[in-house]
Amino acid sequence: MTDQEVNTKMKTEEYFVNMGPQHPAAHGVLRLLLTIDGEIIKNVEPDLGYIHRSIEKMCERDSYQQIVHLTDRMDYLSSHINNEAVCLTVEKGLEIEVSDRVKVIRTIIGELTRLASHQLWWGVMGMDLGALTTYFYAFRDRELINDIFEETCGARLTMNYFVPGGLMYDIHPNFVQRTKEFITHFRTKLPEYDRLLTGNVIFEKRMKGVGLLTKEDAISFGATGPVARGSGFASDIRKKDPYSAFDRVDFKEALFTEGDSYARYKVRIMEMWESMSIIEQLIDNIPEGNIKEPTKAVIKLPKGEFYQRVETARGELGVYINSTGTKNPYRVKFRSPGFSNLSVLNHISKGVKIADLVATMASFDFVIPDIDR
Amino acid sequence: MMNIPLNIVRTVHDWIFSIMPEGLATFTEWILIAALYLALFAVVGLYLVLLERKVAAWFQLRLGPNRVGPWGIFQTIADALKLVSKEIYDPVRVDKFLFKFAPYLVIVASLIAMSVFPFSKQFQAFDINIGVFFLFAVSSIGVIGVLLGGWASNNKFALIGAMRSGLQTISYELSVGLSILTMVLLTGTLQLSEIIEVQRTGGWLILQGHIPAIIAFMIFMIAGTAETNRAPFDLVEAESELGAGFHTEYSGMQFAYFFLAEFINMFIIASIAVVLFFGGWLSPFGITEGITWFPESLWFLVKVLLIIFLMMWFRWTFPRLRVDQLLTLEWKYLLPINLVNLVIMAIVIWLNWTI
Repeated sequence: MTDQEVNTKMKTEEYFVNMGPQHPAAHGVLRLLLTIDGEIIKNVEPDLGYIHRSIEKMCERDSYQQIVHLTDRMDYLSSHINNEAVCLTVEKGLEIEVSDRVKVIRTIIGELTRLASHQLWWGVMGMDLGALTTYFYAFRDRELINDIFEETCGARLTMNYFVPGGLMYDIHPNFVQRTKEFITHFRTKLPEYDRLLTGNVIFEKRMKGVGLLTKEDAISFGATGPVARGSGFASDIRKKDPYSAFDRVDFKEALFTEGDSYARYKVRIMEMWESMSIIEQLIDNIPEGNIKEPTKAVIKLPKGEFYQRVETARGELGVYINSTGTKNPYRVKFRSPGFSNLSVLNHISKGVKIADLVATMASFDFVIPDIDR
Repeated sequence: MMNIPLNIVRTVHDWIFSIMPEGLATFTEWILIAALYLALFAVVGLYLVLLERKVAAWFQLRLGPNRVGPWGIFQTIADALKLVSKEIYDPVRVDKFLFKFAPYLVIVASLIAMSVFPFSKQFQAFDINIGVFFLFAVSSIGVIGVLLGGWASNNKFALIGAMRSGLQTISYELSVGLSILTMVLLTGTLQLSEIIEVQRTGGWLILQGHIPAIIAFMIFMIAGTAETNRAPFDLVEAESELGAGFHTEYSGMQFAYFFLAEFINMFIIASIAVVLFFGGWLSPFGITEGITWFPESLWFLVKVLLIIFLMMWFRWTFPRLRVDQLLTLEWKYLLPINLVNLVIMAIVIWLNWTI
């Protein structure tokens, strides 16, 4: 029998599996409609809408100060950065220039948020690959950042610390010292992450060459953040379009050209080192200044369109506000990084194993409420 | 002077035979021994679960269970009570007979294997002359239960898990078998007690057989971990991919059977390793050789627990392999190395290079 005859006689049947909306690997209510042939994936179709809260519509109802609070609930792991995005857009519309102090504090807190988010990703990534211990190592260190945040703004997840015009209140007196302590601590702990997971043979085999995304595809699908940078697409907004205090710090953009899950992993590990270096450059001399520029109690943006983009832990978050000059925006649109990154999934997951899909999704670092607003 | 546990057994034996006719007495003894092993099984299973949780906690910067009883020693008993009291639920359109039958197959296979364990010289239910072979053969029946359970569940994730289990066990059975064969070549017997007695004079087999024995031990540990479906080979119940794998649809005590069987299988693999490589109940360097009252089974348990700790260490450190990597590891690396190792062992014995 020739190979072709064998293939026609041994016909295998494709079948359909719902992965999610309640599935441990999805980290939320993401439903993937999988078409599988044995272990091999033929098609992946993400189905959204299980955690849709119509945040953009709610923004049209709310005042500009209130919109900030809604953005916490999008990408809850980089809530500070989401808040910053809205604040920057509103400030752009009002033509307010915030003080240096506010800029530096926003940058430090943004980088701490990025660190916390990447730590959580690292823990969960290990767990998706079956190494359950990583989760607890990551949470040990993330807890310290959360404590710093809690001291300053009273919350650990939905921060609401940035307001249009500056900060809600000044940083806690302990903030500088505790942040420094955390950086010294984490500089000794991050190599531990590498020792536990990065060099492991099984881990490398699971990650290298899996979920290959070329630079062209990354650009055409609109992928941003570590996903794009793992494919060699320099997309860091902090470099390309510096906001807050990113123009005065010196850092390298993490860039790898392999385009596989391992490259995306390395991008995030490198970003953690860079974030620490950014914080160290700023923490010692936070300039004095106003913590809040005076704004009217009811902010009215002038008629027109305003757009600002920031780099969250997951990629480019764009905030588009269309104002008609009233106290509410006419239309708000968030360009969330997760949504564009998710669109790549079907393209790179055809023909891989189920385990590879899980590894790829882990390396994409999805936060479902960010994809599905 | 015999040791104390044996005296009790002898007293009970004499007493049973004095009050009953011979046939009935033998039958009663069978039942008593079975009940004893059942109790032993429950204790071993439950406390291995607790040990696993404690070991996991130590690896993960946690405390582990510490509420129920001192150091949480009654935690797993409380869990077992909860599982017993839970409803046994079967989902719609399952194959009812197979669905209910599968857990028993798994647990019974593990239990039968336990009967030939040489806990000590006197504490062994059957000392048959093909002990290793029997242990190995019986413990493999469990996979049928896993396959049936996954198949009957009417759940695609369970089915994928069951199929993975089938291919994994069939593949790694070869490596386990061949590494055992390597050691049997050295001892020249399949009887567990004799394998241990060989080591009384010549030192533990891992030392006697030096290089090929060490290779065989490493292969046995890898394949044994795969055989018990534990991480890094836990593809069968890869929770991040398949939910809970083959036992997704099981609840209550049926689930507990699958769960406990995993730990009993780990105990079986560790016991085989101890018997074949580390001298079974023999003390290291014969330090308690002269002490007659010293329970030899203690050494057996200590060694088994050390091996089990090693397996738990694997589980809480390594990521999981992918299914094709699992097969590559077995068919392209372990199996050829094993075959060559068998030949090396034969040469070592032929040239009398054993220590």
